[in-house]
Amino acid sequence: MPLFDKKDKSRYATFSRRAVGLGGAMTAVFAVLAGRLYQLQIRDGDQYMVEAEDNRVSERLIAPPRGRILDRFGVELANSRRNYRVLLVSEQATEGVAQALDQIGKVILLSDQQKKKVMHDIAMNRKFVPVPVVENLTWEEFSRVNLHLPYLPGVQPDVGESRDYPFGAELVHILGYVASVSEQELQQSDDPLMSLPGMRIGKRGIEKQFDKDIRGRAGASRVEVNAYGRIIRELGKDPGEIGEDVYLTIDRQVQQLADQKLDGESAAMVVMDVNNGDILALSSTPGFDPNWFNVGLSGAQWQGLTADDHKPLLNKVTSGIYPPGSTFKTAVALAAVEAGIATPSYRVNCPGVFVFGGHEFHCWRPHGHGTLDLEGGIKNSCDVFFYQTAHRVGIDAIEQAARKLGLGKVTGIELPGEHSGLVPSREWKQKTYKQPWQQGDTLSVGIGQGYVTVTPLQLVQQAARLASGKQVVPRLVHSVGGKAVPRPEAAKLDFSDEALTRVRSGMNKVMNEGGGSAFNWRITEPGFEMAGKTGTAQVRVYSEGQHGGPITKNSALEWKLRDHALFIGFAPVIDPKYAIVSIIEHGATPAHPHVQMARDVMLFCQQRDPAKLPPAYPVSQAADAAPLGPKFAKAGE
Amino acid sequence: MVLRPYAAAKRTLSFADKLLEVNWGLVLLIALIASAGIAMLYSVAGGHFQPWALKQIAHFALGLVVLVLASVIDVRVWMSLAYPAYGVALLLLVAVDVAGHVGLGAQRWIALGPLDLQPSELMKIALVLALSRFLHGKNIEDVSRPGPLAIGLGMIAIPAVFVVLQPNLGTTLIIVMDGCSLLFLAGLSWWWILPTLGGVAAAAPLAWRFVLHDYQKARVETFIHPEADALGKGWNITQAKIAIGSGGVAGKGFLNGTQSRLNFLPESQTDFIWTSFCEEFGFVGAMALLVLFAVVIFYGVQTAMSARSQFGRLLAMGIILNFFFYIMVNGLMVMGLIPVVGIPMPLLSYGGSAMLTVMLGFGILMSVHIHRQVEIPRHSGGII
Repeated sequence: MPLFDKKDKSRYATFSRRAVGLGGAMTAVFAVLAGRLYQLQIRDGDQYMVEAEDNRVSERLIAPPRGRILDRFGVELANSRRNYRVLLVSEQATEGVAQALDQIGKVILLSDQQKKKVMHDIAMNRKFVPVPVVENLTWEEFSRVNLHLPYLPGVQPDVGESRDYPFGAELVHILGYVASVSEQELQQSDDPLMSLPGMRIGKRGIEKQFDKDIRGRAGASRVEVNAYGRIIRELGKDPGEIGEDVYLTIDRQVQQLADQKLDGESAAMVVMDVNNGDILALSSTPGFDPNWFNVGLSGAQWQGLTADDHKPLLNKVTSGIYPPGSTFKTAVALAAVEAGIATPSYRVNCPGVFVFGGHEFHCWRPHGHGTLDLEGGIKNSCDVFFYQTAHRVGIDAIEQAARKLGLGKVTGIELPGEHSGLVPSREWKQKTYKQPWQQGDTLSVGIGQGYVTVTPLQLVQQAARLASGKQVVPRLVHSVGGKAVPRPEAAKLDFSDEALTRVRSGMNKVMNEGGGSAFNWRITEPGFEMAGKTGTAQVRVYSEGQHGGPITKNSALEWKLRDHALFIGFAPVIDPKYAIVSIIEHGATPAHPHVQMARDVMLFCQQRDPAKLPPAYPVSQAADAAPLGPKFAKAGE
Repeated sequence: MVLRPYAAAKRTLSFADKLLEVNWGLVLLIALIASAGIAMLYSVAGGHFQPWALKQIAHFALGLVVLVLASVIDVRVWMSLAYPAYGVALLLLVAVDVAGHVGLGAQRWIALGPLDLQPSELMKIALVLALSRFLHGKNIEDVSRPGPLAIGLGMIAIPAVFVVLQPNLGTTLIIVMDGCSLLFLAGLSWWWILPTLGGVAAAAPLAWRFVLHDYQKARVETFIHPEADALGKGWNITQAKIAIGSGGVAGKGFLNGTQSRLNFLPESQTDFIWTSFCEEFGFVGAMALLVLFAVVIFYGVQTAMSARSQFGRLLAMGIILNFFFYIMVNGLMVMGLIPVVGIPMPLLSYGGSAMLTVMLGFGILMSVHIHRQVEIPRHSGGII
């Protein structure tokens, strides 16, 4: 049989045919592969390149250090404390995490609970992520860790930052505090910093108002990461901008004394420079330690803050609303002089009661004051004098005078949440109550009761305006990031010199003339004498019957029903420099503690005279008035 | 190609003749492709010879020895060894189910000294050998007769069943494709082929329901909707496409493939090495490599066509088809055209077992080439 027969030939032919066919099929598959390569690499290559870069490059934010807040002499009121901490990277802990923790425990104190937490954190994170072991170490502990570092594999000493308020509750209503970013704040802001873990932002006060400046701008580090998120190397770095320092007009010395004097009462005090509006002290008590919010408040602490009837969370200076009481009589007096009613020969007889429209309006002094001129009316704070005078002047002129003194609208201080208080008018009452203005309403307003309400900040502004005769407005911030906050020079107050002089004279007599309502609490040091006006604001709502009847003794009442005690003043009497307001809620007692504390603070403030001391920030009198700060103003001249 | 036709024409060739007859050009081509693989292993290890590149060099060196040794063995000896090899491969395949250890959720290895032997790899060569020998003795009419056809199909089915049980769907597919291609080349009637293809198409939904493992189904589902689960099961395909695509025309350059270096590509040293290559060398490099593969395959087909024995023809064609199927399945898989099945890229992917079997295959192919003039009687069983 031949090796190679016909049958072989036919199957060889079939083989060859089909092998060629398969070769064609293989070529087709290769064409598909090549086509797919073309599609992926050339047609869509750019898009995949972007996706690969997205995979590879990750931006790590660098939180800039938060700016400081300082007082006018450079005392740090809020700063960033170094937070010495120890981190542990589990993959570098060659002898195991438990062993590493034991080793750390030999160098610094480490409780079993802390160890447990670290073990848990390490289990929750990838093994190259540094996990905090302990924070807020002392320098001594921290250097001990550093010393033993060669024997502590996986341990990373680290210096973080944490906001610190060295004076605790003393300035809390000025500074506010920082706390974690809320969900809502996160959505409203487009600052990438907000989503940084551990980020703190200002929640109240200056911290909130100037948060963007103090926060700084986020730096970023472009890093190459692998699929597990581990950083391989840094590709580029933008250091960002550190937060800006904010200089306040506060003098911490005066602030400290004010805070001490208020002594945790439900009270408020503000000291202001009458010439340029600088707030030297602004205290609202009780307060709370802003450092609590930084580390995180416990439920009990929060409960304590919200349940306290002295309202520690409320800044009473800007947001507390009170009837001005007799302090408002200064506004009525100004209106009366300006209206030509309270001429030097103008006299009112006070028999102790003023009958109007069938109602009896009582003076605080049951037997009356006898015949009084304007200064005497102020000195004695005679209610009948001001019932009658207000009645003659009319609500329109009183409203106008009150508004010129800055009441009824926000002062514009650099603090969030300021209230405007209320100066009533005919239109206001018609709009609000759908009733016409009554003569009786004018009488109530005439002694600072009824519809009129003010904030302590408005009162100190009022005192400063009376003292200086200028439309000064309070200001708390001198400069941000080295740039002075522009502030126009205060224009002259729209009252005649005669009116101002006579009201000042009345206020002087209140304190410095025998029989004055605050004579007992005057400043006796020569050259530092203070002028002022006391006030008592009724908290109780008097029914018609009660209003006419004798006044119940304050001390017999429950605390919450007692009258508020108010005082405004300025000093020295001649050429005044400082104005003050002090308020003790439900604190109207014969000892006048609110006047005592105002006296003590004003004496100290005058003796120290912070307005004359060289401040830490560059200041020139001309510069303060210029809208664009000192340098620009000089150049423009 | 044909260096010295007179030498090949001789009935018996001396050892020296055979060494001269080895197509060293092809060996060079293979070495070139393997070098590209080794370079990529060096790259995906972040520019280090450890843990893969150095070992792969050893694998390849051993593979070269295997290639040369296999090539000088007479094609008739291979014929004699066909059935025993098939038997041994089958035994080993059974053994992995019993003694093999578990890796990647599938039992596939037998520890053989420093090598992890994958019997399923060996089986592909053994099946091609055995089927070629079986079909060598069959005329066209015989191939299509129920008896011989049943035996042929059985020879394919038995190892296929064991491999699919491992479970290893990719290798099963290749074994079936290898076997069926040989039946087709041996002249199987279209009357069998066309109805069978129709039947397979009809049975696919049933297989989906009853045969496929959950993880295999998941792969198919992931393939159809990779974006639906881009961070989970679709990760492999998505990242592989990004890697290839981001290579662009010229590639990112050697050692600069970010996707593989930063671990975005899974198993970049084995199944996805081609992806890394495409990333670093771009469209130009990938096409060049495809051309090299195509040349190797063309050589294989040419060897098959020029062999005088039906055994040699079937053997050469079977081996080169096996090589091709690897490239096809791996290439289509990593480029997102078919679901992910665990098939390495021949000569490129890391792995001793795969490298040795591929080189053994080329050795046998070379043997067919050297002994292309050898005629083997239809009823011969080899020369041992």
